[in-house]
Amino acid sequence: MSELTDLYQEVILDHNRRPHNFRVIDPATAKQEGYNPLCGDRLTLYLTVEDGVIKDVAFQGSGCAISKASASLMTDAVKGKTVAEARSLFDRFHQMITSPPGSALPELGKLSVLAGVRDFPTRVKCAGLAWHTLKAAVSEQAAGPVTTE
Amino acid sequence: MAIAISFDVETIRADFPILASSVHGKPLVYLDNAATTQKPRAVLDALTEYYTSSNANVHRGVHYLSGKATDQYEQARASIARFLGAAEPREIVFTRNATESINLVAQTWGRANIKAGDEILVSAIEHHSNIVPWYMLAAEKGAALRVIPMFDSGELDLEAFARLLTSRTKLVAISALSNALGTVTPVAEIIRQAHAAGAVVVVDGAQAAYHMPIDVRALDCDFFAVTGHKLYGPTGIGVLYGKAALLEAMPPWMGGGDMIASVTFEHCTWNVIPNKFEAGTPDIAGAIGLGVAVEYVSRIGMDRIQAYEQELLAYGTDALRQVEGLRIVGTAPRKASILSFVMDNIHPHDLGTIVDREGVAIRTGQHCAQPVMDRLGIPATARASLAMYNTRQEIDALVAALHKARKVFG
Repeated sequence: MSELTDLYQEVILDHNRRPHNFRVIDPATAKQEGYNPLCGDRLTLYLTVEDGVIKDVAFQGSGCAISKASASLMTDAVKGKTVAEARSLFDRFHQMITSPPGSALPELGKLSVLAGVRDFPTRVKCAGLAWHTLKAAVSEQAAGPVTTE
Repeated sequence: MAIAISFDVETIRADFPILASSVHGKPLVYLDNAATTQKPRAVLDALTEYYTSSNANVHRGVHYLSGKATDQYEQARASIARFLGAAEPREIVFTRNATESINLVAQTWGRANIKAGDEILVSAIEHHSNIVPWYMLAAEKGAALRVIPMFDSGELDLEAFARLLTSRTKLVAISALSNALGTVTPVAEIIRQAHAAGAVVVVDGAQAAYHMPIDVRALDCDFFAVTGHKLYGPTGIGVLYGKAALLEAMPPWMGGGDMIASVTFEHCTWNVIPNKFEAGTPDIAGAIGLGVAVEYVSRIGMDRIQAYEQELLAYGTDALRQVEGLRIVGTAPRKASILSFVMDNIHPHDLGTIVDREGVAIRTGQHCAQPVMDRLGIPATARASLAMYNTRQEIDALVAALHKARKVFG
């Protein structure tokens, strides 16, 4: 059962119950939908980006504890960061949740509570939804809704 | 006189090798039968036996093995025709699955008969496989897709159906059993009214075929789609039943070997039914495996299977209702043994992961029925779908695992 408690750590359950930055930003400089059609997880990400810095970030939506906690933790982690820093964080986060079990983990501070996801391959998409949505929101090209299917 | 054999679930379980296996160190409790059922040893043996001693292409060679393979393939067709109550084996077309069966009707009968301004009726409980082929056909032809609404219970609104049924209605596509909610639809009544209005009826029988006896002639449906892998058969094989007169009149779909009578560069003519719809080398082993599967369930008796599953459904419904904060989604008066549910403050996906660690396999998500979820205003459900080999003890294991999830989430 140790893996299960690794996945559902108290921090994750807290973020699920009381997600941070769970609100609408209006007006926002970027708004992006993310959707996982297989499970129905859905979120809208709002960003205020000024001079390449993420001044404010928030989200709304519904999903499992993993996707909600991941979105909540992500908003905390990228607020105040430059877009380039957020992109680099995306890469390291993605590496963390998809690396083989037992391999070395990147140092990701508070985001490390989601490392347990890599032992649950069917849940990687849940943890990744908010991050893929962020990546699309800060990309130069306009894009449709993001899906992790 | 035949002697009735009592329903002995332990004997049936012993026929399914995978049911003895463990998951995460716990005995497997397989409650995802609406997604696919497990396979009895008889089916597994038939596949091995076919490749070991009969493998050859069908309808082609003069050699011994080709004749043997063809005989077995056609015997499987005859078994399935008997199982579904078809008038004759040529009314059974082998396909890949129920989805392909429905697409076959849409692409042949549909494209030949649906015109601009016509209406196609589907219902609110349909699986995507019985929505999207008709959506595509309607878009291509300028026809309209209309939806028979459902009540919150998952029961269809038959009064609304009667109002929707007009001279413009050319086709009614209806599932006999909802995969997401477990609703058994009044398909015989729907067929009777649709026929009175001059419409053709396609029944999606993917779920119904393994939960209840089917008699396509008594139903008087025009088409009936079945998938093999939910009927204890292999994946990759399905069936379309169609009334012979309709199949005869339909244009072919895919072109290739076996579906033709003669081929020149200037002119091709088509084979007789069902071969007209079976272009290319079919899944011969799959068809033979499905034939064995329907013989297997027929020996047990679909009526007896249905009665047993109804007992399980009643037990499971009571057991789930006692779980704090759990709500069953799909409460129609007539249901098969499919239990969809949601739990307060725990998303179905988290439930699915936690009960999996207890060895319990359930489905979570939208069950390829996004309109059902939208209609009920829920993002997803957890679903335990019970088959003839499930037991009360397994339902107890599910309930214990749900209590565990409640504990994890505090």
